[in-house]
Amino acid sequence: MSTKSKSIETKTDFNQDERLKKVSKLRLLLNRPELGALGGAILVFIFFGVVAGDTGMFSAYGVLNFLDVSANLGIIAIAAAMLMIGGEFDLSIGSMIGFAGICIAIPAIYWGWPLWMSIIFAFSMAVLVGYFNGILVVRTGLPSFIVTLAMLFILRGATLAITRLITGRTQVPGLRVLIEDDPLAWIFATDTFKWVFTWLGSMNLIALRTDGSPLATGIPPSVIWFIALAIITTWILMKTRYGNWIFASGGDKNGANNVGVPVGRVKISLFIGTAVAATIFATIQVLDAGSADTMRGTLKELEAIAAAVVGGCLLTGGYGSAIGAAFGALIFGTVSMGIFYTDVDTDWFKVFLGAMMLIAVIFNNYIRKKVTESK
Amino acid sequence: MSDYLVQFNNISKFFGKVIALKDVTMKLKKGEIMCLLGDNGAGKSTLIKTLAGVHRPDEGEIIVEGKKTIFDSPKDALDMGIATVYQDLALVSLMSVTRNFFMGREPLKGPPFFKTFDIEKANKIAAERMGQIGIDVRDPSQAVGTMSGGERQCLAISRAIYFGAKVLVLDEPTSALGVHQASVVLKYIVKAASQGLAVILITHNVHHAYPVGNSFTVLNRGKSLGTYKKKDISREKLLSMMAGGEELNKLEVELQELNRSSAN
Repeated sequence: MSTKSKSIETKTDFNQDERLKKVSKLRLLLNRPELGALGGAILVFIFFGVVAGDTGMFSAYGVLNFLDVSANLGIIAIAAAMLMIGGEFDLSIGSMIGFAGICIAIPAIYWGWPLWMSIIFAFSMAVLVGYFNGILVVRTGLPSFIVTLAMLFILRGATLAITRLITGRTQVPGLRVLIEDDPLAWIFATDTFKWVFTWLGSMNLIALRTDGSPLATGIPPSVIWFIALAIITTWILMKTRYGNWIFASGGDKNGANNVGVPVGRVKISLFIGTAVAATIFATIQVLDAGSADTMRGTLKELEAIAAAVVGGCLLTGGYGSAIGAAFGALIFGTVSMGIFYTDVDTDWFKVFLGAMMLIAVIFNNYIRKKVTESK
Repeated sequence: MSDYLVQFNNISKFFGKVIALKDVTMKLKKGEIMCLLGDNGAGKSTLIKTLAGVHRPDEGEIIVEGKKTIFDSPKDALDMGIATVYQDLALVSLMSVTRNFFMGREPLKGPPFFKTFDIEKANKIAAERMGQIGIDVRDPSQAVGTMSGGERQCLAISRAIYFGAKVLVLDEPTSALGVHQASVVLKYIVKAASQGLAVILITHNVHHAYPVGNSFTVLNRGKSLGTYKKKDISREKLLSMMAGGEELNKLEVELQELNRSSAN
């Protein structure tokens, strides 16, 4: 109370006001949700720089390798983060990945559809699944944790059952030949900036194969998608009305409703977002591998949520950032690949993942208390 | 055409067999503060929700600026200029002052399909509006969670006024506040009324209501015990009406008789 009356007194004192503004701007920077993940990512790079700096991890090939892994996780982590900011979970992301994979493969291989049509079909199914998740959560008021846990089993089971029913197997290979000349598949399957790598190779700046072509051929599509999604979602959160609605819906859905935010529609759209992100992930991986596997994406939902949490999202909603989730994914991807370049047994990766998440949650909790602390 | 800004005539609301409200009448002119007093369970919440358009009254009529209207949704009420500030204030403590101020009604700029939330303009308006009521938000992008309870209340009221409220319905605006904070909020309410708004102040605290109110309606068990001008009623009378004074008097008499008989 005393602070309050003081603030009224200082109102006319402009020097004082300016000084306070500077302090609060510094605090604002410290309070950014992605700060922890950014710091973590820098630490991870310093660590591997010291431990594995001379092993080839930071060669062009090595960098693209861990970027590819990070980017794949990042695509779903960003969508999971958006949904978490909106106050909900989606545990069906991993199952959606498997489901989307066979939604592409079965029509393309067994029904003779062109690949582009199968891809569009998979995305349409994703919109349906996301809509269904969303409408169920919004209409019933049940925790999304339970609703999407049910969807996790339903989708995975359906994926397995349908695939075995139609193909008699659990994997659908043979997609690679269809990619060429397809009008849509290239968006998910083309390495970009090849000329840069060819040039770097010709200058002998990066490692070459025996035939003289560079070992690292181009930026994988996952990385491009990842960066594009990170930019678009950050723009949405920070700069658009819809972004404000996402924060509001997650922060206090009743309050948001009372001032006219269409909370239900916002949440449904975010559920569609996670399902679509899972399908982007699936399309990239299926086209890269040339085959769909019914078990693809298992446990990915938890990794996505972990990356979002490390990136500063609160489990209670209303706070977090997309760019933070991107850094979270970068940390996980870098460590999961980097660990191969060290003497550490790869079995320890999950230990690291868990520990990282714990530290992040404790840190985030502290930050939230700082942010909402009453004067 | 009456000179009342808003009239709620003989409002009744039933939930099944339960009579939540019966024949409640309230009339407000511009610049008037009417205090709605009642103990717990008096029907205040139901009345607020009816005023706000959440509930449709089962009987009675609502007349806004001389026109009979029906609120089908909270949005209808809002469009007619009746803004309700609930106890929870509809503020998100993790979001900034600006983002809260414009929540759901963000100013936009830019070309169609690429419209962005005009944060600069929003920051400016939010800081300006808060400054007008003597709350210096050093940084409108600071989280609402860092504000005091009184400041939050003022923010919620100021937001309602900015978005065109003609009638403010305030639900227990001072109940969670200390003495100093409460007086800041009450001062602001008086100031708002002096600018031509009608205010319905819902409270169970007579000591907060009496200094600011022009008239008082006491609600008891879903019924109005009448509306009194300030000059016609004392603080003590109000207090005893609210607390079911007659019942207490009766109890006192009974206890005295009990004492006498046991003495004998």
